[in-house]
Amino acid sequence: MPEDLATTQEHAATHSALQHHFENMEQQREAGTLGMWVFLVTEIMFFGGMFLAYTLYRSKYPEAFAVASNHLDIKLGGINTAVLIVSSFTMAMAVFSTQVGKKRNSIIFLLMTMALGLTFLGIKAIEYHDKYRDSLIPGTLIPGRPFNPSPHELHLPPGMPIGNVELFYWIYFAMTGMHALHMIIGVGILSVITILAVRGRFSPEYHAPVEISGLYWHFVDIVWIFLFPLLYLLGRHLAGHLG
Amino acid sequence: MSEHIVYPRVYVVIFLALLVGTGVTAWVAFYNFPGPLNAVVALTIAVIKATLVILYFMHVRYSPRLIALVIGAALFWMAILFALTISDYSTRAWLPVS
Repeated sequence: MPEDLATTQEHAATHSALQHHFENMEQQREAGTLGMWVFLVTEIMFFGGMFLAYTLYRSKYPEAFAVASNHLDIKLGGINTAVLIVSSFTMAMAVFSTQVGKKRNSIIFLLMTMALGLTFLGIKAIEYHDKYRDSLIPGTLIPGRPFNPSPHELHLPPGMPIGNVELFYWIYFAMTGMHALHMIIGVGILSVITILAVRGRFSPEYHAPVEISGLYWHFVDIVWIFLFPLLYLLGRHLAGHLG
Repeated sequence: MSEHIVYPRVYVVIFLALLVGTGVTAWVAFYNFPGPLNAVVALTIAVIKATLVILYFMHVRYSPRLIALVIGAALFWMAILFALTISDYSTRAWLPVS
């Protein structure tokens, strides 16, 4: 049928990356963005459940949470917050470079974003190791190293049950652990995107994969924007008033 | 293509605002505000930072309204999750356990 033939030729002329079920590249890109946002909604609900658990137990044991939080390393947490913000900036620049067709810049920015992501994970590993050293890993997650911190080092006020402090560390490791897992997945996604970029798969007409991976990266950054004040800063103003 | 391109100028401004926000939130955390105000200040700054990331880094300001609707729906659903659960936990002590 000549009409169908004409449509096929028109599609072929638009872009080789255009899938047959989309009218044009713009529709395809917008559908992809919408799909990614629907996925991010499920992520919001997933982390939302943990933020809810945090809210409930913090309001139940505010002092134990403040004592436990004050033992976290505010410097490393703060540096990591800055590292993630810089990485979000380089990610945004990678998207921009692809949009304007600067392939070299886009690869450089993607590599920088991954390097910053790995820096974050490295600093996180140092923090986790400090918690291991101080026997602050909750329960018996680590065989032979049950939760058993020195009450003196924690500045534990007399009469405060250590179990409530342990509860904070359960929540801390659950939330930062899930966040770190998302970072690892993010670095994995960006490795694939970088390889595709090196192979010249993206152009000003077709760059949806870069943009969508960027959405994921920024989302993980947003989770940390909430985790930093809620986990690291919650009890700082009480440091001299407890116990 | 009618795609809106956000220029680096905008990204730099947002990036600096986010760094300033991080500095401010860490700084004010050491001041003892009355009542629950410390948590309110910390969350306000976090919400502003998240909004900047969503609107500019994630291009929602320049995207179809449908995207904003999807995000709004997610936040609405999360509000239900919080409201129902907290109303349960905060009222459990009202009646004696028999």
